[in-house]
Amino acid sequence: MLHTVNKSSFERNSLQSCLNTIDDSSVILFIEDGVINAANNNNSSMIADLATQGRIFALQGDVEARGISSKLADNIKLVDYAGFVDLVVEHGTAVSWV
Amino acid sequence: MATKKFMYLNRRSSFGTVYAIESLEVVLIAAAFEQDVSLAFIDDGVYQIVEGQETDGIGMKNFSKTFHALGDYDINKLYVSKESLEERGLSESDLMPLVYEDEDDDWEEKPSIRVVTNEELKAIMSEQDVCLSF
Repeated sequence: MLHTVNKSSFERNSLQSCLNTIDDSSVILFIEDGVINAANNNNSSMIADLATQGRIFALQGDVEARGISSKLADNIKLVDYAGFVDLVVEHGTAVSWV
Repeated sequence: MATKKFMYLNRRSSFGTVYAIESLEVVLIAAAFEQDVSLAFIDDGVYQIVEGQETDGIGMKNFSKTFHALGDYDINKLYVSKESLEERGLSESDLMPLVYEDEDDDWEEKPSIRVVTNEELKAIMSEQDVCLSF
């Protein structure tokens, strides 16, 4: 499954809710304000293991808009909109944690 | 018209909601009425003034450039929460170099941004006549 998270973990608990229920083969894509979760910050430990496994993605345009391109945590994979579509195709059911 | 002290609390990042740009609009209106305006950036609001925002990829207006104009409207008190920066792995050097020209000091260019602790911000807020939260 593909999980998209569009909120900052500093403001909402949607990333935590997603992490509570994600299975071992699912991936997470951060979009909109969700890309704040891809930055290296006090909440980075939440996603560190998944990132190491190559299962954390972030939408490049949203990262650039927030000026955090040089601030990303380790092992975050950036994708463009075409890459977003590829993730949807590859992982089937999508869950949007709005 | 009597001058009041207005503080605008910016708590959200720029593009996920309309709060940030709406706050900036209201700030500029207050400045036009020559009020004593200050801005505070706390929580994810600190992302509003991070240097190097590029919005071409999301097709939205990059209004971060507007913050550079605030100095010309005599808005030169921008308080940024030290704790909020640190939680997000940011420091003052990651912020836009926002400045104003001090008319009382031979128009010398001075920084508008002041990083303050929550304790200091508490004191600054208590001096305000009006606090508006966005």
